[in-house]
This record gives sequence, structure tokens and C-alpha cells, in this order.
Amino acid sequence: MATPLVTMHNISKSFPGVLANDRVNFELAAGEIHALLGENGSGKSTLMSILGGLYRPDQGRIYWQGNPVDLRSPRDAIRWGIGMVHQHFKLVETFTVTENIVLGDKRLPYFWRPASKERELAKLSARFGLDVDPQARIWQLSVGERQRVEIVKMLYRGCQVLILDEPTAVLTPQEANELFINLQHMKESGKSVVLITHKLDEVLAVADRVTILRAGRAVATRQRGSFSKEELAEAMVGRQLPPRPDRRRPVQDAVTLQLDNATAFGDAGQIALNNLSLQVHAGEILGIAGVAGNGQRELAEVVTGLRPLHKGTMYLAGENMTNRGVTALLNKGVSHVPEDRLGSGLVPNLDAVDNVLLRTYRHGTRPGLIDYRQARRQTEELVKAFSVQLASLGSPVKLLSGGNLQRLLLARELSAGPSLIVAVYPMRGLDIAAAEEVRRLLLRERDRGAAILLISEDLDDIFRLSDRIAVLSRGSLPVPPIAAQKANREEIGLLMMGHTEVATHG
Amino acid sequence: MAKRWRIERRLTPAPGMTILVPLGSALLALVFGAVFFTITGQDALQVYATMFHGVFGSRYGITETIVKTIPLALSGLGLALAFRMQLWNIGGEGQIYLGAWGATWVALTFADAPAWFVLPAMALAAMVMGGFLAALAAIPRALWKTNEIITTLMLNYVAILWVDYFVYGPWRDPAGFNFPLTAPFSAAARLPALTGRIHAGLLIVLVLGIILYFVLYRTRWGFEVRVIGESEGAARYAGMNITRNIILVMLVSGAICGLTGMVEMAGVAHRLQPGFSPGYGFTAIIVAWLARLNPLAIVPVAFLFGGLQVGGYAVQVMGIPSAIVSMLLGSLLFFVLAGEALLRYRIRRITEESETR
Ligand SMILES: Nc1ncnc2c1ncn2[C@@H]1O[C@H](COP(=O)(O)OP(=O)(O)OP(=O)(O)O)[C@@H](O)[C@H]1O
Ligand SMILES: [Mg+2]
Repeated sequence: MATPLVTMHNISKSFPGVLANDRVNFELAAGEIHALLGENGSGKSTLMSILGGLYRPDQGRIYWQGNPVDLRSPRDAIRWGIGMVHQHFKLVETFTVTENIVLGDKRLPYFWRPASKERELAKLSARFGLDVDPQARIWQLSVGERQRVEIVKMLYRGCQVLILDEPTAVLTPQEANELFINLQHMKESGKSVVLITHKLDEVLAVADRVTILRAGRAVATRQRGSFSKEELAEAMVGRQLPPRPDRRRPVQDAVTLQLDNATAFGDAGQIALNNLSLQVHAGEILGIAGVAGNGQRELAEVVTGLRPLHKGTMYLAGENMTNRGVTALLNKGVSHVPEDRLGSGLVPNLDAVDNVLLRTYRHGTRPGLIDYRQARRQTEELVKAFSVQLASLGSPVKLLSGGNLQRLLLARELSAGPSLIVAVYPMRGLDIAAAEEVRRLLLRERDRGAAILLISEDLDDIFRLSDRIAVLSRGSLPVPPIAAQKANREEIGLLMMGHTEVATHG
Repeated sequence: MAKRWRIERRLTPAPGMTILVPLGSALLALVFGAVFFTITGQDALQVYATMFHGVFGSRYGITETIVKTIPLALSGLGLALAFRMQLWNIGGEGQIYLGAWGATWVALTFADAPAWFVLPAMALAAMVMGGFLAALAAIPRALWKTNEIITTLMLNYVAILWVDYFVYGPWRDPAGFNFPLTAPFSAAARLPALTGRIHAGLLIVLVLGIILYFVLYRTRWGFEVRVIGESEGAARYAGMNITRNIILVMLVSGAICGLTGMVEMAGVAHRLQPGFSPGYGFTAIIVAWLARLNPLAIVPVAFLFGGLQVGGYAVQVMGIPSAIVSMLLGSLLFFVLAGEALLRYRIRRITEESETR
């Protein structure tokens, strides 16, 4: 067999308190798409950060076409042709696409002509079918477009190997499909791709090979065609997955949340919610499907009190709560799993105890004071109950892996017995077992009588969990929510794409 | 198996290192200063000996150091609170001046009042004035995001000139031979001395340091301050009122700096005069940072700085400008911040697998 393009041999990496990679072997052939699978905290990002030059292994060697190489920095790695696109993009918002891409390029002369670079980039991106406007400014771009900019940047630097860390977690299904087409183009022109993902369907669709990490160790590497979805899942978690949660027959209890003719503005002053009305009953999950950017974030913010209503009213359990603010809603038992975890749901530099306190610090018995002993105990319980992996309660939460961050957040938001849960993309970044766990938790909360507003782009989740389904399109619901049994995917898909009516069934 | 050295991040500083590293860094700063003295033809050892002797060699030196520690620590505490919330209050100096002005107004107006009334009234007036000056910057900052660095900085000049106007004009002591001084305060308007020139302001500093530590790490309001300072997004998500807290924190910060002015008046100067503060409000910025905004660390750091200043006066007799103190302060800041990096990383010897196996 030919020498692989990249070989990682016997790689170990420990962080204080955790062995993130334990003697891992990993190979990447030229022109292959190699998926990296594993539960949250199994060491995927760490392994690829080592290949990307961000971390140095404690032990082990990296070979490029059979020759040992020393990757001391991302710049080193790029020199060898290895580029990594992180989950949090590193782009300068006010710069143009071209400026961002050439930023830090040593070959660039002191004076350079943007026009010629723009042409070069346009040609480069066209070759791989990556659609980006070189003149656009970053802040004008959607998440998917920004990701393409990051990819073009790596291609521009001459990368042979592209590492993508959970690229589809932030993409709409359409954008994800486009990305996979781009990856196929790259593969055909001889480039190699490492794809970290939690979505098994994606692995089945595009990966030539898959390596599975479990608790820091590489437990299996399989060729395309030699694995099924179930086998992958089992190899990942090391046990059989529990059966899918059953859907309970919907009960229409009292109305918990009621929005009447809600109109609200977005950050840029545009109308983000337009005369929207909806109801969520106690013991019901209302699924909001739709393409991101159609008012999802604003809807969640209005319901949790973060964004004022310009017109319209909001009732919670019959009480008028219009524009009463976050604290009033919090006290009424409204939980919020926000889209932006590190930017709003958690404080990255504070420890787990402080982060658990974030939503409960007002509830102590001693006025004005916080009982840290009690808070510590509560955090310990939550960490245990939601199996959050962390080195110590006192270390900043930004050191947690992506999935563990989400678990900590969910632990805090679901544990207080909320009356209404607003969950925005709650499964994002979770491994399949953890996602399944969250689904079970959401259903358990619903059965307990909580009303749940589930905002998601993932139609699988919407259909599996919701009792009723609505589609959010341009800030309003084109048709009233449909009972889940009567909804079908094609109709929902059409509504998501902006159609305003569907054939009604009896 | 080859061995090699590795630098790696650590989660928690090694025990003892939080003390040892800053001390070592301070030592390096002195070495750096020594190189500088040698180059300029001074005997570095002699300079340091003189400084050390100036500070610790006499009761006078120690007393003066503590007298300087008090305003540095007090205003450092005030500034550190604002810095916690990423509010860059550069206006400590002006707040000290306006606080001193408020205290003086009370002392002159109620010249015959007893101590139990006049001292608290002076403190209150000083805090109101200091808080007022900070509020002038805080309110535009909270409502329209006006940059508080600029506004607090400029208000320093307003406050200093305001004080100048009064001591050169309406408040000038008729019995003062035309010097720009107010009349001396009554005995009731002076802080009791603990020993020599060391006055009760020292107790105020110690108590306030402990209170602020407790407030930050044990109270709900302190929690809000820490969260808002780290992430406004998270603070909003948790339902914290950011606008109110910006104004409140700046008010308290300004009030503590204003109190510094009162303590200087009632404890040391006993009358208002121009230039009574040699830039305490500015030096306190560095004190606050070197103490990593930790209220408990501010007092020892302020003591160090007070000592450097007193030592600086001592070396003047050797013909060295006291500006070298500023240079030493600067290099101290530089080395201690660099030493911080050592706290957060560790060097380990690790085994690396050799290529041939
Ligand atoms: N910089 C760091 N400092 C300390 N611990 C870390 C650091 N980075 C990762 N870890 C720990 O190492 C382990 C592996 O983390 P890693 O981010 O590689 O997981 P992952 O497989 O990418 O998980 P996820 O699917 O949740 O993103 C986790 O337990 C994590 O807490
Ligand atoms: Mg990861």
C-alpha cells in the first residue's frame, strides 16, 4: 500500500486532569475524506489541533509522506500544507473577504493590488465550486459563507490537507449539502479532508474512511462500505444505544405561552418578527422549523424577555408578561437554552459553580448573599446527573469540550423544573448518545408538564420530538402550527423555502 | 527515549508560586534598574542601599511609607472595582481632588462642630463629590456608550482646576501670607493619629479591603460585577441590569477615590492646597493592576509603591532625580506582568519517543 500522506503515530496528549489522546494512530491518504467520530470529550478536537500545529503532543510523531515533521505552530502546519478550520471562525468582521484571506500572507508585497487578488481568489474558489464574493465584508456574510471564506483561505495558502471541526453544526441542511459538494470537488483534485462530525448520516454520505475515538483512544478505523450506522454508533459509545424515546399522545392542557400579533425588530433595525401569533400548551412541545435567519433568534429572545416587543402581547400562564424583562420571566420559570453558548449562556472565564449560579444566584435564603457551599454542592450534583466531564469545578468552563459545555448549560436550565423551556438548537454539537439523552430530558420535562418551544433546523429532531410543528419564515408563521401526525416533510420543506400555503388535509 | 523540555499551560497556579513569582519579578526589575544606574555612572548598590535605608532605616521612613500607602491603597481599591467591570476609570486623581474639596467645605463650614459630626460629614461630602464626578462619566457611558477613558481623564483637569480656583480665591486663608492655602482645620476635623503621622486612615483601608473582597466573592451584587466584567452577553441573559450596574459601580469607585481625598485632608494635610496629591490617582491604576484587581493584594502592593516613592526622595540627596522612581515603577509593572506568564505555564521534562524503535 502507498505511503499515506499524513501519519500520526502513537500520539498522546494530556491536559491537567485528563488524558485527551492516548496513544492514537491516525492515517490520512491523499485524496480521501476521512471522518473522525467520537463522543463529546473523546479527544477529536485535540487530535486535530495537534495535526494543525496548535498543540504539541506529549508523545508520538507525525509523518508527512513518511518523513517525520515537527509542527510547532499553525504556521508550520500550513507550510506543510495542513490547514484547520475551527468551529469558531477567526475572521476580521470589518475586513473584506480578500483582505481576510491574504491577511498574514508572507508572500504578499507591502503594496498590493486588491483587484488582482480578488480575481485570483474568484478563480480559486470557482475551481472548487465555493461560492464567495471576494469584495464582500465579513459582517455581511452568513455563517455558511464565512465558513467558505475560511476554506478558501486554507486553499489559498496551498493546503493539501483540510481539517474541518464540526463544520456542519452551524449550517442549515442546504448549506451542509453545498459544503459536501465542495468537499467532493477538493477530493477529486487530490486534496485530503478530515471531517469531525457527530452526524452519522454525513459520515455515510461522504466519508471514504472513518476513525472512531473513544475516551482518547482510537478504537476502530473502517473503510467506506464496511460499516452501517448502527455499527458506528455502537463503536463510538462502546455499548448499544437505548431505544428511541416514544412519543406520547399529545395532551392539550392549559396554554402556558401565548404570543398575540408579536412584532419585534432585529439588531439591524429590520422587522424580525412580523405580527406573529402562537400558543404553547403545558405538556406540549411546539417545534419551530425554518431556515436560520428568519426570526428564530429574535423569537427566542422575545419569549425569554431579552428583546422588547414593538407591538403585540405575550402571556405566560394567563398573565400579561409583555416587555417585563428577563428577571420577571426567569422568576416565572422560563428556561432558555440559547444559540450562542459561550457568548451568552455561559461565562467562559468563570468556573462551573459560577456558571451554575448565573441563573440561580438570586434564589438564596440569605438576602444579598450567595451561599457558595450550597452552590458547589448543587454544581457537583448537576455535573454527576448530566455526566459533564470536567477536570475540576474550579477551572474556567472555556476549557470544556464543546459537548460538555452544552451539557452543563442544559443541566442548569432543565434542572429547575421550568414551566416553559425555550431551546434553540439544543442538540448542536452533541454526540449521538448525548443528543439522545437531551431528547429524553426534553420529553421528560414535557411529560412533567413543561411547555417547550423547540427551535431547530434539524427536521429529524423537529419531527421526532414535537407535538405540533410550525414553520417560521420571514418573521411569521405562514400557516398555523400543524399537529405532528398530520405534518409531512415535503410540506414543511416547502414552507421553509418560503411558500406560503400548503394543501390542507381534513 | 529522548527527553526534552516542554512549556505547557496550567489550570491552577502551583502552590506558593503566586507569592514567589511576583517577588522574583520585582527582584528582576531591581536588577534591571541596577543595570541602568551602572550605565549612567552610579553605584547601583549604593543607590539601593540609600533607598532601602530611606524607607526602613528610620522610623521616619517607615512612617512616611505607610502615609503614602494609605491613599494609594484606598484609591487602588476604588479603581479596581471599576476595572473589574471593564470600566476604565482613569479619573481617580480628579475624584481625589473633588473629594478633598468636599471634605474641606464641611471642615471650613462647620469649624466649631464636634468630631463625631464633622468627620463623618466630611467623609460623606467627599464620597458624594467623588461619586458625582465619576457619575458625570458613568451616565453617558451607560446610556450612550461614551468612552469613559476620555471623559474620566478630562474630568481630572476640571476637578484640579476647580480646587485651584477655591484655594487661590474664595477659600484662601487671610492669615496665610497670601499662600494658596485654606485655613487649617479645627482639631475636630482631623483623623486621630495611631502613632506619629500614621493616622486612622490605615484602618479605613484595611477594613475597606476586606469588605470589598467579601462583596465581590460572597454577595449577589459582587457576582453581577464579576459576570458583567467577563461577558455582557451572559449578564443580559441572566437578567442583570447592566446600565444600572455601570452607574452604580462607577459611583462607588468614584466615592472611594473621593474618600481618599478626605482621608488625605483629615489625616495628613489638615488644609486644602494645590498639588496635595503627587498623582496618587494615577499610580493607583498600576497598583490595582499589579494586585490583579484583588482587593486583598492591593494593600501590600500599595505599600511597595509607597516605599519606592519614599526611597526615591532619599536618593535625591545623591543627585539622582526622583523621576527614577517612575522608571522603577514602570519596569516593575513590566516584569511582574511578564512573571504572570510563568504562573500560567509550566515547564515540564517529557519523554519523547525516538524515531527508531
Ligand atoms: N486546553 C485545554 N485545557 C484543558 N483541558 C482540555 C483542553 N482542551 C481539551 N481539554 C479536555 O480534553 C478532553 C478532550 O477534549 P476535545 O475538545 O478534544 O474533545 P472533542 O472530542 O472535540 O469533544 P466535543 O465533541 O465535545 O467537541 C476533554 O475532556 C476536555 O475537557
Ligand atoms: Mg471538539
